[in-house]
Formats: sequence, C-alpha cells, structure tokens
Amino acid sequence: MSEKAIQVDVLVIGAGPAGLAAAIAAKKQGVDSLIVLEREDQPGGILRQCIHNGFGLHRFKEELTGPEYARRDIDAAREMRIDIRTGVTVLSVSRDRRITAVSRENGLQVFQAKAVVLAMGCRERPRGALAIPGTRCAGIYSAGTAQKFVNLEGFMPGRRVVILGSGDIGLIMARRMTLQGAKVLACVELMPYSSGLNRNIVQCLQDYGIPLYLSHTVVDIHGRERLTGVTVAKVDENRKPIPGTEMEFDCDTLLLSVGLIPENELSVGAGVQLSPVTSGAVVTDSLETSVPGIFACGNVLHVHDLVDHVSSESFRAGEAAARYAMGLRRTGKEIAVRDGRGVRGTVPQKIVLDGENGEVSLMFRPDRVYRDHYLTVYADGKAVSSVKKMILTPGEMAVQPLNEKLLAACAGAKEITLAVTEEKAV
Amino acid sequence: MYDVLIIGGGVVGCAVARKLSQYAGNIALLEAAEDIADGASKANSGIVHAGYDALPGTKKAYYNVKGARMYGKLARELGVPYAQNGALVIGFSEDDRKILEKLYAQGRENGVEGLRLIGREEILRLESETNPEVLCALDVPGSAVVSPYEMTLALAYHAAENGAEFFLDCPVGRLWAEKGKWHAETPRGVFEARAVVNCAGAGSAVLHNMISDEKVELIPRRGEYYLLDATVKCPFTRTMFQCPGKMGKGVLVTPTAHGNTLMGPSAEDIPDALDTATTRKGLDFVMEKCRLTWPKMSTRAVITTFAGVRAHLTSGDFVIGPVHSAPDGAYEAVGIESPGLTAAPAIGEELGEMIAEDLKMPNRRIFKAPVKLLKPFAAMTEEERAAACRENPEYGRIVCRCEVVTEAEIRDAVRRPVGARSIDGVKRRTRAGMGRCQGGFCSPRVMEILCEETGLSPLEITKCGGESRLLAGTLTDIAKEARDHE
Repeated sequence: MSEKAIQVDVLVIGAGPAGLAAAIAAKKQGVDSLIVLEREDQPGGILRQCIHNGFGLHRFKEELTGPEYARRDIDAAREMRIDIRTGVTVLSVSRDRRITAVSRENGLQVFQAKAVVLAMGCRERPRGALAIPGTRCAGIYSAGTAQKFVNLEGFMPGRRVVILGSGDIGLIMARRMTLQGAKVLACVELMPYSSGLNRNIVQCLQDYGIPLYLSHTVVDIHGRERLTGVTVAKVDENRKPIPGTEMEFDCDTLLLSVGLIPENELSVGAGVQLSPVTSGAVVTDSLETSVPGIFACGNVLHVHDLVDHVSSESFRAGEAAARYAMGLRRTGKEIAVRDGRGVRGTVPQKIVLDGENGEVSLMFRPDRVYRDHYLTVYADGKAVSSVKKMILTPGEMAVQPLNEKLLAACAGAKEITLAVTEEKAV
Repeated sequence: MYDVLIIGGGVVGCAVARKLSQYAGNIALLEAAEDIADGASKANSGIVHAGYDALPGTKKAYYNVKGARMYGKLARELGVPYAQNGALVIGFSEDDRKILEKLYAQGRENGVEGLRLIGREEILRLESETNPEVLCALDVPGSAVVSPYEMTLALAYHAAENGAEFFLDCPVGRLWAEKGKWHAETPRGVFEARAVVNCAGAGSAVLHNMISDEKVELIPRRGEYYLLDATVKCPFTRTMFQCPGKMGKGVLVTPTAHGNTLMGPSAEDIPDALDTATTRKGLDFVMEKCRLTWPKMSTRAVITTFAGVRAHLTSGDFVIGPVHSAPDGAYEAVGIESPGLTAAPAIGEELGEMIAEDLKMPNRRIFKAPVKLLKPFAAMTEEERAAACRENPEYGRIVCRCEVVTEAEIRDAVRRPVGARSIDGVKRRTRAGMGRCQGGFCSPRVMEILCEETGLSPLEITKCGGESRLLAGTLTDIAKEARDHE
C-alpha cells in the first residue's frame, strides 16, 4: 500500500475507561511506543455523559461521577506522557496488526503495531432490532442517545416519557429526566426481573414513584410525525403479549434500554473469534484473543455492570499486550472454561497455565435470578469448589476467583466448568 | 407561470420531471412531504422486475418490460446502486407448478428473455439455502435490484440540474383549470401552468377525481418488511420469490442493492393511504412466509422493520396518459403499484415526450449530463480514501460508524440541489443511520451538521419533516415549564 506505516509497540483502540486503563498498564510495563486512538474529540468514552455518581467504589473507595472517574485516568495518562490521539477513527485492523485510521488533521494513516488492544466499547440495541410494531415517528431514542442530548448538549428529547427495558442507562435516565422536569410514566421490562443494578431500581425509580412493570412490553407505537403514545401489554412466560392486558400511555418519548452489544466489527475484520454468548472475543486469562498479539477488554469484550471491573480487566489486558510487544510469550497447558447450568458468558474462555497466572477471575452473568444457591467449579466434571451466594442476578456481573490453590486443583483437567447448583457440591 | 406542474415527487414524478427537463420550458415539481421519495418510492422491495407477472396486453406489462430494459443503463448513468442478480420464483406443490408454467408463458408473451422452468436439483445448486422441499422454480435471469430512493433522488438531481424546480412541503389541496390554465393551490400559494401531471402515488386518485368525471377508486395496500444488517451475508444471490397470489407478487427474500437482506412484503388493504405503521400480524406473516423459502432464517441480524403503501386501483391496471373527461393539459400516472419502480423510467419517457409534443416544447439546447455523485467513502479503496482526505479533510471525520459515512458526504447531501433537510433525508442520501445502531451514535452529530448548513436551531431539526422534531426544548425551558405547571 502507498501509505507508509507508523511503527508502534502497542496500539490501543478507544480511550474510554478500558482503553485508558490498558494504556496506563502498558506504559507501566515499559513499552517504548504506545498510541491510543479515540474517535471522539475527547478521551473518556461514555463516562463523559454519565454525570451521576456511583463510579469508583471498588477502585477508589469513593463515589465519583463518570467524568471524574475518567479524569483520574486521563490525568494519569497525561502525566505518563501517553500519546492519546482524538478525532481518529480506526477503519480496519488486520490479522497481522496493520491498522488504518482517518482523522481530519492527518487524513488516512496506517499503523503497524506489535500488539493491539481492542477497547471500542459497546452500542445500544436499537428499536429496529426488537421489531416493535407501529409507526416510525420521532421521539424514540436509545437511552444513551437521550443521555447524550441531555448531559452533553443541554437539550430535552421530550416531556412525557416511557422507558422500555430496565438496563442501567434507562434507569439513570428515568431519574435524570424527572429531575429536569419531564414526567416519566413507566419503566417497562420484558423479563420478570430487572437487568439493571438493584441500587438503580431503588434510587432512580422507587425514590421518584416511577412504576416498574415487570413481564410487560411495548406492543405498539403511535404517532405519525412525533410519538403520541405507546401500548404496553403483559407477557406470558414465553414472553408473548397476553391479549386483553393492554394499557395505553400518552407520551411523546420512548427511551429504549434493552441491551448493549459489544461493538466488534473491527475485531471480526481482524479474524478474531467471537463468542455467540457474549458477542465479544474469546480470550485467554491474559485477555488475548484468538489472533496472537490482539487483546480485548472492557465492554467490547463483554458488557460489564461496573466501570471498576472494566478498569481492572483492562489493566491486565494492557500489561499482557505490553509483554507481548516486548517479545514475551506465554506458554503452558490450556484449560477451557465452560458455562455450566445457570451460567452464561464466562470470560475468560481459556486459561493458559504457565505458573504465573496469579489469581484468575472468572466473570459471568447468571441466566436468571437465583437466591441461596451455590456457585460450583468443576474440573473435568469433579467439583473442586462450591460457594454459597445469597443472590445471583443477571443485572449484576458475578465473579468467581480462581486462586492459586484452586488453579492447582484444576491443573490436570482439560476443562473447567462453572455452574449454579442448589446444593453445596464440595 | 410554468409550462408543466408535476404533482408528486416519487419515482414516477421524478422520472417525468427528468424527461421534461430535456425540453426548453419551465418545470415545477410539487411534493407534499418534506423530501422526495417519501412515499412508496422509499418503502418497497427495490426490485427491477423482468415482467413475467403482469397480464399480457396490460399497461403494467408494457411499461414493466420497457422500463426493465432501460434500467441498467439509466442506473449507471445516474450512479445508482443496481445489480442484475436474477430471480427465482419457487414452488412447493403441483398447484404452484401450474402457476409457474402460467408465469413462464405470460413472460414469454410479454417479451421477457431467458426464462426457464427448473427443478429442485438445479434450484439447490443455484441457491443452496433454499428450503430443500422446493419442487420447481421459474428462473428469471433478467431480474435486478436497485436502491429505490436513490434512484428517485438521482432522477430529481438530474432534473434539477437541468432547470426543474422542486417545491417540498407543498401538498396540492385544490386543482382546477380556468381560462386555459391549470391552477394548483398549495400552502405556498397557487401555482399556474399550461399542463399538470398527476404522479401523486397513493394520493393520485383523489387528484384524478378532482378533475375528471370518470372516477377511479384506489385502495391503499400496505406491505411490511424486515431488513437485516449488511454485515450478515444474504443467504441468496438471487431474489427469491414465492408464487404470486391475488394480493401481490409473493413474499420475497432478497439481497438489496446495498447487500442487506430484505424480507417481505405482506399485503393488506387499509383505509388510510398514509398509514405506514407496521403491525404484529403483518410482521409475523412475513416471518412465517420467509421461513418457507429460507428455513435457516434468523432474526438476530434484524436492524429494522418498515412498511410502504402501494396505490392499488380497483380496476387493476396502471392509468397513464392524458386524463379522460378532464380539461386539456391534464396528464396522469395513477395506480402505479408494483411494478411501478421498474416501469417508472418508461412512464417518464413516454409521458414526458407526449407532454412536450402536445405543448410544442423544443429540445433544450444543452441537456446537462448528471453531476457525478460522490463515491461513498465506504466503497473507496485505501488509496482513494487517502486522496479524498487530502482533498477535503472532512473525509477524515467519520460520522456514522456503522456505515462508515463521513462529514464530507453529509455536508454534500445537505448542500446539493434537492438536498437533505432532515435526519431521514440525510440517511437516504448518505446511509448515515442505516446501520446496526440505527442512528444512535450519529444522529446528534448529523443534527449538528444540519444546523450548521441550514442555519436552523437543533430544536427545529426534524426526523422527517412536519412535527417530527427530535428535541422538545432546552433543559432550562422544560424545567421552567414544569415549575410553572406546578
């Protein structure tokens, strides 16, 4: 190709919380050259528009707003003189880590990296993907788009709001729009449980008297030009609307908070294998994807509940990418990690036993709400650990740490399975 | 005072406008909506039908076959996405086989070339994802796909390039002839002209009945569709029709001209020609039918659903030409349902010539060639992208990440004659917002660019004209309103 490639040790795609943490960790490992590419004009990612607090309790032991949380990493990166280039959109990543990107300032640029960290985040599931019948009028937004209008642009999308889905952004927006003078009529959730954090249900809905309709969904959308109302109905156990249970809501805005999807188009282009469950890359315990030298972390890998988890995962990815760029390769026996009963989307999907694993955290979401159940680890079918959990809910990421002792117990196995069991298995 | 007023900015109206712009004369096109291609022209299957389906001897058959023959060249000239991908009409029973034999004979009579009846083995060899229970098929090599709204826009651009004037948000409330002149009353005043052409699609019968004593009856027929993301490769290379029935050409699964997969349409007669809402029943019907063609169908990649309304006349055929039982100088193309998209270039050609001859409009001295549309950044090679960025740094700014649309393309879509004025207008011209996130990320930025280019405030920007504003007010406005309310 005609463009001369810029050589770089570690290239990080995205300067949200994941990319920032990965870059900081990589720099600490001592890589010579490190570049972070960010498509927005400022680093910080989605945290920039999350002006509510509640971020950082695990990592900083205090409650920060989104921009404050991001600021800490941005400042740290600046102090370390990490090269963050904003307004640059990556167009492609190849299997051999050749990256093309464009920006207004520099036009098309080509980078050749020794290691790449994918940290592109996720996107919201749009209305179209749900195939909700009705008109295609104005006034229907994904919760994050509405959040951007309100928190970054200073505009209100509407006055009377119904929220479909009880994901965290939707819950946060219920409170935000209420405080700004809108009337939030209802939050409607298809499942019999919320997919958001419990604290958000309490602080964003209950505190403001906003009703949460579980096992309900929007079955029709009205209004030719601007939204004039939605029809909500109860659903049966197969999530099919029950005739006769329809309720009409007179609203000018419908916010959707119906799921986040890791944004992996670049990963697919690079030949990275994706998991059909997480929609993110299949990775080892050092966050390396199926393509050597390409690592993934944060919401592009799997959708997290807390940014604190994103940061800790991304530190490990950045570290591993730096080591790879410095020519250090991990070798050891591979153990597959599989979802057992009640467990969905365990990350990582592989553990490379090289004696330097330290503690490995298996992260997953349960397939439904479980109370007083056990989280059991099996090595080739034999239970090696079983820990009681008061509650497991799909709204919150569950973590099963594998310390050195447990890893040693699994060392001879081909696969580790994680399952939710009624009884203590060990 | 105009020579010709064209009422309706769908594919037919724009084809007529383009043809008439070849002649010296003042042409105006009046469109009720805020953008052209806002009716059936933006919401149909996007198929250039070969012409086996229409009954021999009908206007539908004549214009279909003639239009289909014009399409490839026209699409290339105008730079519109088009691909002759062929079609199979598949049958699952002996009854279906009889229908296919009839279509075959009909097609031959209509002058369609290359038709063949083929059996299961060949069908599965040609299109391996077809339901293996398939029995027989009509192979239609001449069938093609086109981007229907881009075809309509490109026709409008070319007409505008040659002097045709476009008036949007300009519904005609009253139409009458007086002292040898036609008058069209609109919210933007009364337009006068020597001749009028009614190309008003689903609204065409109302206009016809306003000026003619020979009344027609139009039944709006709604068709609903599913659209899948282009990142999931369409399982078929050809357009896969099921056998046609009384209500239409049969449900299809097809790649679009942009590489998405399209499934539909349903067919339902409805009272309101503007009712383009989708329904559970219609969508479920499409899903169920398509599963018969494509048993492995998955809804995982659905990015949107939509509906269009076809202008179906009870008499069944197109009505094209001078309006009967009306004062001189009135022309029409009424009841243009499927295969209207295919027929449009032929209708435009013939109606345009007829009107120019009747009005004695000479050829324009210079008929300008279509201005080359920008090559989409998404379709450029790496070298082309680098060059484009050097020439215009706005190419370096990706606005729509799903479809890789740049700021340069969006600004061009707003600036050009008959340019975009709304979020949907930008979407149809550039594909920004057409992808997986359906505008979630790019709509705030598109709005900003629209404001910069048009001088409008964000509060005035609409999704698709009228009251479809995206924002209710500033934070302060709404908070104050709420306090005052208390």
